Amino acid sequence: MRLQSAIARNRFVDSLFAILGLLAMLVGLVTLLALFLGLALDGWSRLTWRFFTSYPSRFPVEAGILSAWVGTTTVMFVTALTAVPIGVGAAVYLEEYAPKNWLTDLIEINIANLAGVPSIVYGLLALGLLVYQLHLGQSILTAGLTLALLILPIVVTSAREAIRSVPNSIREAAHALGATKWQTVKDHVLPYATGGILTGLIIALSRAIGESAPLITIGALSFIAFLPHPPWQPEFPYLSFQWLLDPFTVMPIQMFNWVSRPQEEFHTNAAAAGLVLLGMTLAMNGLAIFIRARFRKQIKW
Amino acid sequence: MKPSPDGSGGCPRGAHSSRVARERAIEWALLFAALTSVAVTVGIAGVLVYESLPFFRHVSLAEFLTDPQWTPLFSEAHYGILPLVAGTLVTTAVALLMALPVGTITAIYLSECATLVVRETVKPLLELLTAVPTVVFGYFALLFVTPFLQLIWADLPGFNMLSAGLVIGVMIIPYVSSLSEDAMRAVPMDIREGSYAMGATRMQTALRVVVPSALSGIAAAYALGISRAIGETMVVAIAAGMQPTLTWNPLEPAETITAYIVQVSLGDLPHGSIGYQSIFAAGLTLLLMTLLFNVAGYLLRKGFWKAY
Repeated sequence: MRLQSAIARNRFVDSLFAILGLLAMLVGLVTLLALFLGLALDGWSRLTWRFFTSYPSRFPVEAGILSAWVGTTTVMFVTALTAVPIGVGAAVYLEEYAPKNWLTDLIEINIANLAGVPSIVYGLLALGLLVYQLHLGQSILTAGLTLALLILPIVVTSAREAIRSVPNSIREAAHALGATKWQTVKDHVLPYATGGILTGLIIALSRAIGESAPLITIGALSFIAFLPHPPWQPEFPYLSFQWLLDPFTVMPIQMFNWVSRPQEEFHTNAAAAGLVLLGMTLAMNGLAIFIRARFRKQIKW
Repeated sequence: MKPSPDGSGGCPRGAHSSRVARERAIEWALLFAALTSVAVTVGIAGVLVYESLPFFRHVSLAEFLTDPQWTPLFSEAHYGILPLVAGTLVTTAVALLMALPVGTITAIYLSECATLVVRETVKPLLELLTAVPTVVFGYFALLFVTPFLQLIWADLPGFNMLSAGLVIGVMIIPYVSSLSEDAMRAVPMDIREGSYAMGATRMQTALRVVVPSALSGIAAAYALGISRAIGETMVVAIAAGMQPTLTWNPLEPAETITAYIVQVSLGDLPHGSIGYQSIFAAGLTLLLMTLLFNVAGYLLRKGFWKAY
């Protein structure tokens, strides 16, 4: 009898514990839902075509995010173009080439540590080094490089995982046919790892797109009423890189600017900008999941 | 075919040596890419120290650490980092009081109780929290959480550390839960089965067997969460206010180290002024605070994965 009541009590405590677990899980999910709904309710009415094609303005109803989304796009372009070769190169080195020695250990510890450095510290690095030592100014180039350094640890780590998941038999087969190490990597390992690398890159970029702290630190402006120079020109060589050195603003900074104003109409603008920003990051995360699933289906070891 | 003496198989000599040279060059280029991470670390440490050196020539370390006021931009300047450190610690503490229990219980639930379907749906959903831009969380803290809290404490100021801390707490739940859950799931099944065989319930097994075995992995998750909370910027800059007041009361507004850096950067401070240097001194303090937890987390994680 005593045993039965003990069992019953234990069962009861066990189910209480399961309910507690469920509740804890719901904290995060409910907040996420509240955040979406709140943002959508506040900002939906402002999401018109004009919002995307107008410059910021003193009048909340006329203000838009044209310079912000153009800035975000160009900065992300520079970030991706910088982070991919360095990140994938580092991952290939660490997975395929690195001997087991102190230098490799040092690199690995560094990457792990950099992943934990607060993003605003990257902003200070960029301010001291890129803006004032290298004189790149408060430009799209500086911002892109800053965010590239910021996401480098994520890119390296995910690329390493993708490379590691390529079975060794592929490498051995290539070596057996006389391929050099680089030929093996370039023609066999990297093509198989592309899905994983791409997934990691998109996730990393979706983090970078929402970063504002390091860009505020390098001195990004929030009131930009013009677009960067176009990347082309009428004369030879037809391509222009003038836009790299143009001042910029990005979506999260535009939103921050609107949030920190006292007028409520600007808060509506902030909510609308937040919705667009959230839509961008979610779309990127969705794309990453899609790519991962696709590549997984294609490759059967 | 007999291999030639230099080991190149049947290749002509010139092609062989140029190929070797190319392979070498590529290896060096890859090593160079990998060394970027070291360069970034050196760069961060170098820039922070180099730019804050003039600051510490102007302000003694004793004043920096003990003066209870931080007013570097006023005419009567005080350079005590304490108010900013207090603001950072209070928001971090509020965030941790939220994130550690909730994150750990979530992790235990997902790893020990939840069905596969629940786990596979909830985990990515929780990880979406890390994808939400922090400025959106700031908006949420200022315009949703604070008004909500004002229903409970009517005299809560519009800017306060409580609402910022709570929102940061929710933000870092996935960091805590995801890594803790990985650690718990890595605990071998036979340990659990042994416990069940002795008649333990799921809760007893989870709390007394699985959690202690996964402890260093869970501690690593905590360290990561703490370091995130300390370095969080936009939420506090938006919702906690920007006056550096020395207070330990989360119901009051205060400024964190990160928010101070944002505040100064928003203005237009000339390069080389004491205000400009002060953000590097503040950044150095911030880096040292997070470094402690990053290193602890790295060592704990490494130790944990070695154990199994």
